[in-house]
Amino acid sequence: MSKYTEEQLEEELKTQEYKYGFYTDIESDTFPIGLNEDVVRAISKKKNEPEWMTEWRLEAFRVWEQMEEPEWANVHYEKPKFQDIAYYSAPKKKPKLNSLDEVDPELLDTFKRLGISVDEQKKLANVAVDIVMDSVSVATTFKKTLGEKGIIFMPISEAIQEHPELVKKYLGTIVPTTDNFYAALNSAVFSDGSFCYIPKGVKCPMELSTYFRINEGGTGQFERTLVVADKGSYVSYLEGCTAPMRDENQLHAAVVELIALDDAEIKYSTVQNWYPGNKEGKGGVYNFVTKRGLCENNAKISWTQVETGSAVTWKYPSCILKGNNSVGEFYSIAVTNNHQQADTGTKMIHLGKNTRSTIISKGISAGQSQNSYRGLVQINSRAENARNFSQCDSLLMGNACGAHTFPYIEAKNKSAQIEHEATTSKIGEDQLFYCNQRGIDTEKAIALIVNGFSKEVLNKLPMEFAVEAQKLLEISLEGSVG
Amino acid sequence: MELQDKLLSSYVAFENHVDVNSDVHEIRSEALQNFEKVGFPSRKLEAWKYTSLNSVLKQDYSLFPSKVEAIELADVKKYFIHEIDAYKIVFINGKYSSFLSQTTHEHYDVCLMSSALTNPKYKAVIDKYFNKIAKQDNLTSLNTAFATEGAYINIPKNTEVKKPIQILNFTTGSQEATMLQPRNLIVVGENAQVQIIERHQSLTANPVLSNVVTEVFADKAANVDYYKIQNDETTASLVDNTYIEQQSNSVVSVHTFSFGGNITRNNLNFYQKGEHIDSILKGITIIEGKQHVDHHTLVHHIEPNCESHQDYKGIFNERSTGVFNGKVIVEKEAQKTNAYQQNNNVLISDKATINAKPQLEIFADDVKCSHGCTIGQLDEDALFYMQQRGIPKKEGKALLMYAFANTVLESVKIPEVKQRITKLIAKKLGVNLGFDL
Repeated sequence: MSKYTEEQLEEELKTQEYKYGFYTDIESDTFPIGLNEDVVRAISKKKNEPEWMTEWRLEAFRVWEQMEEPEWANVHYEKPKFQDIAYYSAPKKKPKLNSLDEVDPELLDTFKRLGISVDEQKKLANVAVDIVMDSVSVATTFKKTLGEKGIIFMPISEAIQEHPELVKKYLGTIVPTTDNFYAALNSAVFSDGSFCYIPKGVKCPMELSTYFRINEGGTGQFERTLVVADKGSYVSYLEGCTAPMRDENQLHAAVVELIALDDAEIKYSTVQNWYPGNKEGKGGVYNFVTKRGLCENNAKISWTQVETGSAVTWKYPSCILKGNNSVGEFYSIAVTNNHQQADTGTKMIHLGKNTRSTIISKGISAGQSQNSYRGLVQINSRAENARNFSQCDSLLMGNACGAHTFPYIEAKNKSAQIEHEATTSKIGEDQLFYCNQRGIDTEKAIALIVNGFSKEVLNKLPMEFAVEAQKLLEISLEGSVG
Repeated sequence: MELQDKLLSSYVAFENHVDVNSDVHEIRSEALQNFEKVGFPSRKLEAWKYTSLNSVLKQDYSLFPSKVEAIELADVKKYFIHEIDAYKIVFINGKYSSFLSQTTHEHYDVCLMSSALTNPKYKAVIDKYFNKIAKQDNLTSLNTAFATEGAYINIPKNTEVKKPIQILNFTTGSQEATMLQPRNLIVVGENAQVQIIERHQSLTANPVLSNVVTEVFADKAANVDYYKIQNDETTASLVDNTYIEQQSNSVVSVHTFSFGGNITRNNLNFYQKGEHIDSILKGITIIEGKQHVDHHTLVHHIEPNCESHQDYKGIFNERSTGVFNGKVIVEKEAQKTNAYQQNNNVLISDKATINAKPQLEIFADDVKCSHGCTIGQLDEDALFYMQQRGIPKKEGKALLMYAFANTVLESVKIPEVKQRITKLIAKKLGVNLGFDL
C-alpha cells in the first residue's frame, strides 16, 4: 500500500503547476495602454457601434471615474493600475467564420490543448460554442441550427448591429452602469461577449457555451453576457475561462445579466480556471465579476459555478426573485490553493410571494489560500411565504489556509422560513483510516472524500461540463481527485 | 450641542473631580483622544450596519448627576433577586448607594471601582487588569475616558464565593435625560468560582443611555457564571460592552436575557488565552413595540483544544428589530477547536425584522466549527394539537415559545434566576404559564 500521506499531498499541491499555461502566438491587434474617453470612443468605433451605445459607454465611464475601488471584500491584493492596462486586444486576422475550417488552426490547437476541442464538441456533445479570446468573439458554432428555432446566440457586438432593439431594451437593466466600480468599468470598455435570446415557449435544444481566454499579456478582459429567456422558454448556458501563465496580474471584469421572463428557466454554469498565479503567489488573474439575474413570475434561475482559478476572485452571482413563485438557486464549488484568494457567494433578494431559494456552497482551501463565502438572503416585507435554505461547507487542507463565512440574513416577513448552516472541517483521520482499512490508498481516499464533498454541486452541472469540471478540480488539487 | 461635543467639552469639569496625576487618568485621557478621533459609531461601520444610535444620541443628556438620591428599598425590591441571600452592589444614577448595597472585603473583594481606582491597596490589580482587554473602539473608549465608578470584584485563588453577587444600576429620572458610563472589573483567581447577576433599571420614563464596560479575567480553572437581565423601560437604551479573557481550563458562561429597553446593544467578546477552555454564550430575546436588540458576539480561539458554545433565541413581535452578529475566529494554532453557534428566530409580526450575520473565520484545519441560523414560525400542527386538547390558542402559542427558548433556560444554574426569567417570559407573552420551573 502506498505511504501517501496528507503532508505529501500538501507538498504536491504546492508544487502543482498550471497546466494551461501556454501562450498562443497569434498576431493580435492591441490598443495602447491607458483609459480615457478617447479609448472608450475608439473601442466603440472599432466595434462599429451606433450612437446610443457610444453614449451609454461614455456615461458609464464618467460614473466610473467618480467611483472608488471597493475594499470591503476579504481579499488583499495589489490594486490593478487601471492606466497600465490595454483595454482592447483582438486576434488580428479577425476571421469571418462560416465554418470551423476557417478558424486559425493555431487557435483551434489552443482549444484542443485546453481539452475544449471545438469541432469535437460540435460533433459529440451537441454544444454550440461562442469562443471569446482576449475579448473578441472568434467562433460561434451551430448558429444555423439555433436560427431555425428563432434562438439568437451571437457575440454581443454583432447583436448590437443586428438586434439593437433587444439589446437596447435589456442591456444594463439588471446590472446598471452605476452598480459598482467594476460593472461601471466593464460597461465603459467591454469589447465583446455573448448575447442570447430564447423566444417565447422555446426550449433550447442544446447547451449554449462561451469560452473565454486571455491570451495577450498586459490586457484586461471585459466581456459582457446578456441572456434573455422570453416567456416559457428554457436555456442552459455554459461558460468556461482560462488564461496563460503570466507574471503580471491580468484583470478580468465581466458582467453577466440574466433575464427570465414569466415561466422561463435559465441555467447558467461556469467553470472558471483563470491562471491562479505561481506557487509564490506571483501573477494570476484578478477576477472581479458582477453576475445577476432577474426572475419574473414562476421563473427560475440556477447558477452553478466551479471556481478553481484566479489569483483573486470577487464574485457574487445573484438572483432577484421579483415575480411570484420564482425560484433562485446557487451551487458553488470554490477551490483555492497556494496564494489564491476567493471571496464569493450569492445574493438572494426575495420580493415576490412564494419565492424559494437554495444556496449550496462548498469551499476547499489548501496551501496558503483564503476562501470566503459571503452571501445575502433578504426577505422583503411583501414576500409572503418565502423560503430559503443555505448550506456552506468548508474543507481545509493544511494549517496555512483559511476559510471564512460571512452570511447576511435579513428577514422582514413573518411567514419567511430561513435556514442557514455552515460547517468547517478537515478530511477526518478516521475517514481516511476507514478507507485504508478497506484497501483504498490515501490518495484515492482523499479523492473520494473531496469528490463526495463536492458532489452536490458537481451533480448540478450539465453532463458535458461535469466532465470538464472534474478535470479542473484535478488540476487544482491534483493528487487528491482521482 | 451635539452629544459628542458636549462630552468632549465636559471633560475639563470631569477632571476637577478625579486625581489627574494617576496612571489611570493617563489611560482616560488617551481614551478620550481616541473617542474624539473616531466619534460615535454610524451605520457606515460594518459592526453597526444594522443598529443606528442616531435617535438615542439626539437627547440632551445630563452627564454627571450631582447628588446621591435616596430611594426606598420597597420601591426597588422587585428588581433584586430577593429570594436569595446575595452580595449587592447598587448604584443610583451612577453613584454608589451604601444603603442598598451589601459589600465585603472578607476573603475576597466585592466593592467599588471608585475605591479600587484611588486606594493604593488595589493599585497592583488595577495596573495589571484595568483596561487591558477592552477594545480601543468608539464607545468603549468613551467609557474608559469617564471611568470612575462601577463594580470591582476580586476573588483570590481557590475561593468559592458562597452567594451570588448582584450588580444593579438604577436611574431615578430626576434629570430630564441621563447618560451613564458604569465600569466594572472582575478578576477571578485560579480555581475560584463566582456567580454574578447584572441589571440596569430605570425607575421613570425619562430617557437613559447606559454605556457599560465590563472586563472579566478568569484565571486557570476558574468558573464564572454571569447573568445579564435586560428588562428596562422602553425609554432606556443600553450599550453593554463585555470583554472576557480566559486562561487554561476555565469555564465562563454569559446568559443575556433581553426583554425590555429601547435600543439594546450587547458587545460580548471572549478571548481564549489557554487550552481546554470552555466559553458559553446564551441569550433569549423577546421584544415587541419598536424595541431593538442587537447581539454582537466574538469568540476568539487562540490556543488549541478549546470549545465555545453559542445559543441565541429570539422572538420578535410588532415593529421590533433583532440583530444577531456572531463571529468566531479560530487562529492557526488553535487546532482541535470545537466551536458551535446557533441562532434561532421567530417572527410574530409582519412589521418585525431580523438581521442575522453568523460569521466564521477559520485559519486552522483540524477543527470542528458549525453554525446554524434559522428564521421561522411556530409549528401550526403543534398549535392545532394543543387546541384540540383544550389549550387556548394564546396559551398554546406561549407554551411553544417557552419551549423554543427553553434550551437556553435549561443551563441557568441559579434556580431563583430561572424562576424569575420564566415569570418574565410569561409576562412578556401575556399568559400564566401555570408552572414554576
